[in-house]
Amino acid sequence: MEQKTKIDAENGKQDLTITRVFDLPVELLFKAYMEPEIVEQWMGTKVLKLENKKHGSWQFETKDPHGNIVFKANGTIHEFIPGQKITRTFEMDNAPFDVQLEFLEFEKLTDDTSKLNMHVVYRTPELRDQMLKLPFAYGINMAHNRLQEVVNKLK
Amino acid sequence: MNLRRDVFQAIADPTRRAILLLVATQAMTAGVIASNFDTARPTVSKHLQILTECELLKQEQNGREIYYHINAEKMKDVADFIEPFRAMWEDRFNKLETIMKNYKGK
Repeated sequence: MEQKTKIDAENGKQDLTITRVFDLPVELLFKAYMEPEIVEQWMGTKVLKLENKKHGSWQFETKDPHGNIVFKANGTIHEFIPGQKITRTFEMDNAPFDVQLEFLEFEKLTDDTSKLNMHVVYRTPELRDQMLKLPFAYGINMAHNRLQEVVNKLK
Repeated sequence: MNLRRDVFQAIADPTRRAILLLVATQAMTAGVIASNFDTARPTVSKHLQILTECELLKQEQNGREIYYHINAEKMKDVADFIEPFRAMWEDRFNKLETIMKNYKGK
């Protein structure tokens, strides 16, 4: 399977980039970041607030089927250029991570394709690595440790 | 559906992890694998099917028997700690693309 999404995270650095090419005109790609009801669908979270303007702010929240909040995040929008660029901060509530800074650049490739370049800056390299490992931490740490041993033997 | 994501769901199951660890030592038939577990044979077969579908295991015909091998390449992908992060974004972006393609159609 082709990997359309690329992560560039150099060792020991406190930032990373996420790039992705879409089979979508840049206007539609940007719309997916602008419209709260569309953001909700692909991010899988509820959008409580999304003010698309300089000095605007945003707030996302995800609840489990029992109504408990499992994820809550917020931030401020620093720059908003339709179809081109969003600069914003991202902070998870009740989590030991500092605020991160995100630069989202939207680029037209052809009439029907576009590219998203997301540059994320963390406070420290350690925090970046913790954030990178987060999707892994959801209950599969055990699997990783045991399987890592297996993989080491395969090398 | 995201295949990558499924790999991590596959290894999140304790029985499937045990199967991978078992087969990592040597290729085995479904029968031999099942004999290592108290679980019912069809349950083990289901686990083998899932592990094969997400390419963590490979099947090889040897005479009348089918042997299960571990897929080293795929296992290395899984061991890469950035991979789940990448898979998470890939999954989100795939959804975004699908949603917007339908949106365009409206």
